[in-house]
Amino acid sequence: MTAEADHAALIRLFHVHRHFHATRALTDITLDFYRNEFLFVTGPSGAGKTTLLKLLYRGEVASQGQILVDGMNLARIPRKKIHLLRRKFGIIFQDYKLIPTRTVYENVALVLEAAGRKSDYIRKKVQSVLRIVGMDKRQDTLPPNLSGGEQQRVAVARAVVGDPTIILADEPTGSLDAESAGLIIKLLKTFHTRGATVIVATHDRELIRSIPGRIIYLQEGRLTSAPTV
Amino acid sequence: MLKRHLRRALQDMRSNRMLSLVTISTFALSILIVSSAMLFFVNMGDIMDGWRQGIRVMAYLQEGLNATDRSTLKVRMESLYGVQQADFVPKAQALERLRTQMGRQTSILDNLDSNPLPDAFEIQMIAASQSWDKVEQLATALEKLEGVSEVEYGQRWIKRIINIFNLFQLTGTVMGALFFMAAVFIVGNTVRLVLYSRREEVEIMRLVGATEQFILAPFYFQSLIQAALGGIIGLAALFMMYMLIQSRITTDMATAFFQPRFLSPLTLLGIVGCGMLVGWLGCHLSVKQYVKA
Ligand SMILES: Nc1ncnc2c1ncn2[C@@H]1O[C@H](COP(=O)(O)OP(=O)(O)OP(=O)(O)O)[C@@H](O)[C@H]1O
Ligand SMILES: [Mg+2]
Repeated sequence: MTAEADHAALIRLFHVHRHFHATRALTDITLDFYRNEFLFVTGPSGAGKTTLLKLLYRGEVASQGQILVDGMNLARIPRKKIHLLRRKFGIIFQDYKLIPTRTVYENVALVLEAAGRKSDYIRKKVQSVLRIVGMDKRQDTLPPNLSGGEQQRVAVARAVVGDPTIILADEPTGSLDAESAGLIIKLLKTFHTRGATVIVATHDRELIRSIPGRIIYLQEGRLTSAPTV
Repeated sequence: MLKRHLRRALQDMRSNRMLSLVTISTFALSILIVSSAMLFFVNMGDIMDGWRQGIRVMAYLQEGLNATDRSTLKVRMESLYGVQQADFVPKAQALERLRTQMGRQTSILDNLDSNPLPDAFEIQMIAASQSWDKVEQLATALEKLEGVSEVEYGQRWIKRIINIFNLFQLTGTVMGALFFMAAVFIVGNTVRLVLYSRREEVEIMRLVGATEQFILAPFYFQSLIQAALGGIIGLAALFMMYMLIQSRITTDMATAFFQPRFLSPLTLLGIVGCGMLVGWLGCHLSVKQYVKA
C-alpha cells in the first residue's frame, strides 16, 4: 500500500473485533475505505455486515482494535462529540427508522434542524431533495401511510439532505420490488457521482452487478477474498 | 432555534394532552394552595400591624382620688420604662367617647342614672418598645401603683391570636415545601414518561447527528410552559375566590379597620416565576437520569 493511498483513506479499521458474549460478530477486520469509493459489503445472513456498518458511526463499539473515521479515533470520541461523527454520515437503515409521528418533510428537515441550519435554507434544501427522490408530493404524509418503497425513498432523502461525506445503506433494496429498487440504485449512483463515499451492505446480487464498485466479502465475521456460494 | 424548540414543545404537549393536563392541573392546584396561604398571611399581617400600632394601655383608677393624687400618679407613670405619655381621661370624657363609638345605639346610655365608668389614664408607649412582652411588663408595673384598680391593654386575646398566627405561618411554610416537592416530582414524572415513550425517536435523532441539547430542549420548554400555565390558572382561581370572599367581608363587617388586598403584581410574577423554576428543576432531574441510563 502506497503512502498516497494511506493518505486518501477516509475510514480505517485496524484489527477490529466485535463480539456479543459468545457470538463473534466480527473477527480481526483490517480494512481501508477511500474517499468517493463505492463499496459493497456482502456475505450471507449473520456474516456481520450490519455490525460492520454500525461500528463506523458508533452505533456499536469495537470490542478490540482501532477505527478511524475522517481523522477521528472512534474509541476516543467523548459522548458530547458523537454528533460530530454522526454528521459525517447519511445512514439508510435496514428498517428505515423514520419517526412515525412526524411528516415526511419533518423527518428529512430534522437532520438540518439538528445541525442548526437556517429555516430558509432548510425549506429549500428539503424540498429539492424530496423532489430528487420523487417524494415532494407526499411531504405532509406520515411514514406509516407510505409504502415500503416510498419510506425507503424518504430514508434516502434524509440520508443525503445534510450533504454527508459518507452514505451508509443497509440492505437498501432488501424488501423492494424491482422498480423501487432500481430507483434507489439510481439515487445512490447520483450521490456517489456528486462526491459522497457510499458503503452498501447487501446480499442483493442484482444491486452489486448494477453498480461498479469494490466488493468486500464477509463470512462468519471474517473478511474473505473470494466470493462465497 | 428557540422557535423550533417551542413549536416542538407545543406539539409534544398536544400529542400528550392527558399527561399535560394532569401536570398543568397539579401546578394550578399547588400554586392555588400556596398562594392562598400567602394571601391569608399578607392580610393577617395587615390586621395585626393595625392592632400593634393601636396598642393602648388604659389604667383605671380607684374611686375618690383627688387632683394631687392624680398628678403624682401621672408623674410616676411617666417615669416607668417605655412610657411616652400618660393622659388623664375623666369618666365623663370616657362616656362621651363611648357614645360616639356606639353611634346610633346610644339610647342604652341615655337611660343611665349615673356614669358607671371609672376615671382613667391613657398611656402611650414609646413606639420602639411596642412589643407584647414590654406591654405585659408595663401592665404589671402599672397595676402595682397605688390608686390603680385595673389595667387593660389592647385586647389580651390579641396575643393568643398572634401565637396561633405564627403556628399557621409555620404550617403554611411546611405545606408550601411539600407542594413544592410534589410539583417537582409530578413534572419530573411527566417528562420521564414522555421521554420513555419517545425512546425510539430520541435514538433516531441521535443517529442523525442531533446534540443532546437539541433533543432535550423541547422537554425543558414543555415543563416551563406547563408550569407557567398552571401558575396562571392557579392565580386566576385564587383571584376569583378572593373577589368572592372580599365582597362578603365588606358587606358583612362594614368596618374600615381592615381593607383586604390581593397579592401585588410583583408577588404574582414571583409566584409564577417560582413555579417555572420548579418545572425546570423537575424536568432537569428526569432528563439527567434519562441521559445517564
Ligand atoms: N446486539 C446484538 N446482540 C447479540 N448478538 C448480535 C447483536 N447484533 C448482532 N448480533 C449477532 O452478530 C452476528 C452478525 O449480525 P449482523 O446483524 O451484523 O449480520 P448481517 O450480516 O447484517 O445479517 P443480515 O444479512 O441478516 O442482515 C449475528 O450472529 C447476530 O446474531
Ligand atoms: Mg444486516
